[in-house]
Amino acid sequence: MSDMSDDNDYYSDEDMFDGTQDEDESGDEMELDNFGDDFKVPAKDKKKSYEVDYDSLSQQAVEKLMARDINHICSILGVEVDTASLLLRDQKWNKEKLIEKYMDNPTKVSVDAGATLPETGPPPPAPLRNSTSSSSQSSNRRTTRGSKMLGLGPKTKSPTSSPTISHHVPQSLKRASSKKAEDFFVCQICFNDAPNLQTLALDCDHAFCTECWGDYIVSKIKEESEHSIRCMAEGCALVAPDHFIRDTLLPAPGAPVGDVERESQNIAAWTRFQELIVRHFVGCNRNLKFCPYPSCTNTVSCPSAASKASLASTVPIVSCGARGIGPQDQEISKSQQLGFGLQGKEHRFCFGCPIESDHRPVICAVSKMWLKKCADDSETANWIKSNTKECPICQSTIEKNGGCNHMTCKKCKNEFCWVCMGPWSEHGTAWYSCNRFDEKAGVDARDAQSKSRASLERYLHYYNRWANHEQSAKLSVDLYAKTEKKMEDMQITSALTWIEVQFMKKAVEEVEKCRTTLKWTYSMAYYLAKGNEKELFEDNQRDLEKAVEDLSELLESPIEPDTIPTLRQSVTNKTVYVQKRNEIVLEDTANGFLEGRWKWNVAVDGFDDPEETVL
Amino acid sequence: MTSISVRRLQKELTEIQNEGCPVGINLLKADDFQTWFFTLEVMGDSLYQGEAYTLMFRFEPQYPISSPAVQFVVSHDKQAPIHPHVYSNGHICASILGSEWSPVLSVVAVCVTLQSMLASCKKKERPPDNDRYVRTAPDNPKKTVFHYDDDTV
Repeated sequence: MSDMSDDNDYYSDEDMFDGTQDEDESGDEMELDNFGDDFKVPAKDKKKSYEVDYDSLSQQAVEKLMARDINHICSILGVEVDTASLLLRDQKWNKEKLIEKYMDNPTKVSVDAGATLPETGPPPPAPLRNSTSSSSQSSNRRTTRGSKMLGLGPKTKSPTSSPTISHHVPQSLKRASSKKAEDFFVCQICFNDAPNLQTLALDCDHAFCTECWGDYIVSKIKEESEHSIRCMAEGCALVAPDHFIRDTLLPAPGAPVGDVERESQNIAAWTRFQELIVRHFVGCNRNLKFCPYPSCTNTVSCPSAASKASLASTVPIVSCGARGIGPQDQEISKSQQLGFGLQGKEHRFCFGCPIESDHRPVICAVSKMWLKKCADDSETANWIKSNTKECPICQSTIEKNGGCNHMTCKKCKNEFCWVCMGPWSEHGTAWYSCNRFDEKAGVDARDAQSKSRASLERYLHYYNRWANHEQSAKLSVDLYAKTEKKMEDMQITSALTWIEVQFMKKAVEEVEKCRTTLKWTYSMAYYLAKGNEKELFEDNQRDLEKAVEDLSELLESPIEPDTIPTLRQSVTNKTVYVQKRNEIVLEDTANGFLEGRWKWNVAVDGFDDPEETVL
Repeated sequence: MTSISVRRLQKELTEIQNEGCPVGINLLKADDFQTWFFTLEVMGDSLYQGEAYTLMFRFEPQYPISSPAVQFVVSHDKQAPIHPHVYSNGHICASILGSEWSPVLSVVAVCVTLQSMLASCKKKERPPDNDRYVRTAPDNPKKTVFHYDDDTV
């Protein structure tokens, strides 16, 4: 093998890597090609039975989907874009329902969504004031309204425009005007009466100063995460359309720079507002799920896992396409992509349940059950129950860790028999054997205790292995660091190039992946009903576990310059083997779900109830 | 620059001092722009005739964008009115103090609304869940999420 060919492979991969954002496996397998002759990877294109089809979408892509729905509604209902958006948001983005309801009663749907004013009925009441001031104020308001009609937009200031013009303005266009000195206007919120006060109003003509509108909108978005922002006037149900919010929050192009802090806060609120709408859209659509990683704004579309029934046979593990933690809009650096550690980690999560990691091969319902069992302290109680007894006098919990049945409570000095719990003094001369041992009550009690103990032991068997693999997977960050160091050493002590020592990294990654699989196989095995199927499952599990442990040991072994070629060979071989075993476990389990092969020892949603068998 | 809440409360206070409050409502104490007290009486023919209550307003810096925290004062010599929307600790379940709050409402407007809430009451009784609520209620009624299920009273 020549270094040349390696380099070529490497660089061509790089190009593909940058372009690929979809398949979760692609990254890893592409990297495999780095080894050129060492590995022969099975063809990429065929989908494995444990994978699901999905697409990852950026926020822009979701916005495009939303725009498509909105435009569709615009063309069918003949409404404007902003109105269509409000209608859809109000109907939870259900186009069919919206069209049906709208055809039935357009006014009601539109008014309910806050898109238009109610056609009849009195105008929204003026704010309650005490009687003396109310008359003068309402006349102020009237003046305000009259002059406001002049404005077509923020830039129109011509005093000669006739009021009638404004009636031709599309309903959803906002009107604003700069106040002239003679129109005495007082903002009813901040009581600002500056002569040059800029005001804004929705179609309802409830005018308030621009600053109050800004504060109000920012507070609604920031504090309440609200995307449906109603007019500030009391009892007014009109909702501010998107462009009104944008124009209020974003400074007009060419406008003088104002309060910098305020502007940046407004811009942040506008960004958040757009995100809130996208989140609302995604939340209303069963085919979509928002990436749960912090500050990630990507969405995954996975229609095949949208129904609850499908979750009984598939484990929809997806990846949103982004990596690392932090803002995703900037290009991920090459070192992050190729580097070790958490920075470059894929955003992998389950589409079907809230578990934010890969829980293959186990289906969501069983994973959830297992995690709940582990989290509940019912098992602690179970342990205490099977291992301890309470002092009959002072109720202290006592664990018998050896010795005879003659117990003396440390706390209250009560002497009693561990077997029958009666006072020791009653045992007369039969000092070290309790002659009540064979009585029926005693036998029953013993049975109950040993059953509880057996069930606990069974649980602990699975739990310990689960926890062990979880712990090892957590330690992978350390292992990454150690491996990186090792790889450096190797480059120094041997003639191997950077490319050629990548086998170490690949092996570490594979080990981590397999440990995750193994971890979940223990939760699966705990719930699997006894039988041949379970035995086969555990055979596969055992083979994978053995392979992983072998490889782990190899990775921890010290590096001697003269053994590096052999080490490289065996690590490479083992990695391929481990990979195959993992594939077998995942594939066989996934196929089992599709074939309905797995039977559980507890009731699981979407499966038949377990037959009456022992655990 | 003074905050919006101070500017606004200053203006409300001036208005109250210049023009007075509506009948039955009196400013008791407004020494700062955080907490104000009012006395409230129901005029005319009602179940609460001749009774006087004290209202406490607490303002956040975001007032009037955010609603004020309003409750009846309950102390050794003061009681909250017995009303289906008023808990014995003075907390009030009224939508205008929560989801229906609008920044154009004012302190006086809230007083007037509460006055008419009492005036229209048909039967003096505590809310059905009074005991349970009062036992666990937070100090500030704004921390409670009320469910407004009755708009007839």
